[in-house]
Amino acid sequence: MRAAIAGAREHLFSGPLNTLVTLLTAGLLYAVGRPIVTWALSEARWDVIPRTARLLAIGPYPPQEAWRVWLSLALVLGCAALSVVAARARRRSLVRRLPVPAWLAALAVSVALVAAVPTNLWGGMFLTLVLTVASLAIAFPLGVLLALGRTSDLPIVRILSTAFVELMRGVPLVSVLFLAWLMVPLFVPENWRSPQVVRAIIGFALFNAAYYSEYVRGGLQGVPKGQHEGAWALGLSPTVTLLHVVLPQAIRSVIPGLVGQSITAFKNTSLVVIIGLLDLLGITQSILANPNFLGLERELYLFLMVLYFAFSSLLSYGGRRLEQSMGLGSR
Amino acid sequence: MSVTSVPFWRDVKKLGLLAQVAAAVLALGLTAFLVVTAFRGMVARGIPFTFAFLGAEAGFTISEGSLLAIEDGRLVWRPFRPTDTYLAAFVTGLMNTLRVAVIGIVVATSLGVFVGVGRLAKNGLLSSLSFAYVELVRNTPLLLQMFFWYFAVFLNLPAAREAAAWYGGLIVSNQGAFLPWPRVTGSLGPFLLVLVLAAVAAVVGHRWGRATARGGLFGLVGFFVVAAAGIAVVGLPFTLSYPEMGRFRIAGGTTLSPEFAAVLLSLVIYTAAFVAEVIRGAIQSLHAGQTEAARALGLTYGQTMRLVVLPQAVRIAIPPIGNLHLSLMKNTSLAVAVGYPDLFNVYRTIGNQSGRSLEGVVIVMIVYLALSLLISGAINAYNRRVMRTWGG
Repeated sequence: MRAAIAGAREHLFSGPLNTLVTLLTAGLLYAVGRPIVTWALSEARWDVIPRTARLLAIGPYPPQEAWRVWLSLALVLGCAALSVVAARARRRSLVRRLPVPAWLAALAVSVALVAAVPTNLWGGMFLTLVLTVASLAIAFPLGVLLALGRTSDLPIVRILSTAFVELMRGVPLVSVLFLAWLMVPLFVPENWRSPQVVRAIIGFALFNAAYYSEYVRGGLQGVPKGQHEGAWALGLSPTVTLLHVVLPQAIRSVIPGLVGQSITAFKNTSLVVIIGLLDLLGITQSILANPNFLGLERELYLFLMVLYFAFSSLLSYGGRRLEQSMGLGSR
Repeated sequence: MSVTSVPFWRDVKKLGLLAQVAAAVLALGLTAFLVVTAFRGMVARGIPFTFAFLGAEAGFTISEGSLLAIEDGRLVWRPFRPTDTYLAAFVTGLMNTLRVAVIGIVVATSLGVFVGVGRLAKNGLLSSLSFAYVELVRNTPLLLQMFFWYFAVFLNLPAAREAAAWYGGLIVSNQGAFLPWPRVTGSLGPFLLVLVLAAVAAVVGHRWGRATARGGLFGLVGFFVVAAAGIAVVGLPFTLSYPEMGRFRIAGGTTLSPEFAAVLLSLVIYTAAFVAEVIRGAIQSLHAGQTEAARALGLTYGQTMRLVVLPQAVRIAIPPIGNLHLSLMKNTSLAVAVGYPDLFNVYRTIGNQSGRSLEGVVIVMIVYLALSLLISGAINAYNRRVMRTWGG
């Protein structure tokens, strides 16, 4: 207790200026915080969240088909658990080899399961996660290719990659989404459907690939020249050098940036509201347009902030674990 | 000894050339395929690609914003009218984008610097409050924050009739914020002359004070002394106009629409959190020995900050802060979601009305690209100047 008081004095009241800052900050906190806390404890109608939980989770996905989403989620979580177990297993044990085939199988089954319902009925957190994962899965390899193109010795390849990356980084994401939304239908044969979800994924993928590529390019530039020369001297072919010597080091060194960009991409999926998709934010907007839920903006938006915050924190925690497991900063 | 020539499929130079030709053919072919297919698709849908629509009459209204137009041979700054062309509508949208971007950049940077320094403060309350703000804002989507400010805060404010006038004339209501604003009542000529003279005084003061490394201070003093003296002589050509509740609407002062206020506030709060992180990182990246050595040399805390810490921190912080300005400018396009008539929103209206969505999005992308190049050029120029002044 005495230590706490001494600590408070040291940190909050060590001098006249410090005391003034403490009082001003406390005043601000009180003025802003008191009405919010009063509202949250007495006026807010938090019951709206359990009432709309299903919509927030899966949107207009038919309730009798919801088991498809839950089963897929269970498969993915099971694979994640398996990966954690495998990471702790002995080297060369059977468990170590399981995760990759398990993930591939689980993903294939999940896609087959959820795709039985047309994509225009996808929504809520489910759609937000689908948009994030699918667009990043395309964006990452594309970004690596663009980074290699931009650092290539071949001028034409370099110019083309640079032009694409700078174009994507110079315009707002909304305009790329719109471009994809308008143009993708023009490129597919007339009798093909191009669902809005797919168009959005293409737009996000192109945009994020450009940002990923800049991080990877930074990593490529950080690989010492001796690594190339050493591999060359060992007689490794350029392809093997790239895949087994240069890229692993380049990508490992920029994991923090890549994770940060992935979190940004996750938050940015909310922009599909503007092209009318019903992701987590979009379904919230349509819930709020329902006369039963009028005037509940504050409750729902604050809940959404908590959700996005929790997922972003989870991603950045995962990123830190990934850095540790790759030995970033310790080699 | 005979020189055996390398077969061309093992010659690295020739292979490289081949790869380039292949890449070029592939890229050109892909582009040509995309363009041709797009044109065919558009022609098949009866909407050939053309920019001729820009000269046609727009026929819709834009809720706020003005443009430069030529009327009777004179340049005038006037609100957009439905009889104007689509091109004029684009210009109005661009003006609205620039208005929110320029104000947003200035305010967000200032707020961000305060919060960033606040995070490093010794005061525990201030640093944890800054930390909470930065973490909360950075981990939630900007669009969600914009919706929160617009739908949950601004549209829930009391109506103008019930809203009290605070602080001598500030009225905040669900129809927007009304602030006192200067209105031109005298002639501007003498006032502008005073401003020019003050600017000259600032430059002279800066030159004069450079010897003592206090050029900035001398320049500022020169500017304000001359400006104050000049204004005392010629008088201000403005009077402050206060908003007042009239019978039907509020008259006087200036109005910030709820859309503008929500877009500006959300962009400022969002970007300031990122600026704060950059500032904190820049200050923390300095070696502690720098501060210790400066203090050991007998510099005061203020001198240490001004002469040792800040010059180095600024050098580190300028490029990332410039990138944040760039992304703020691009993020103004989210304004479309709350109905502020920025460039992108105006484009949407034009696209819906004229059917020229694809041409429109090409124009929009070119304009944003040009703005991006402009801002990054300005950052680079400023960065070079800072590196020159404060050494590399």
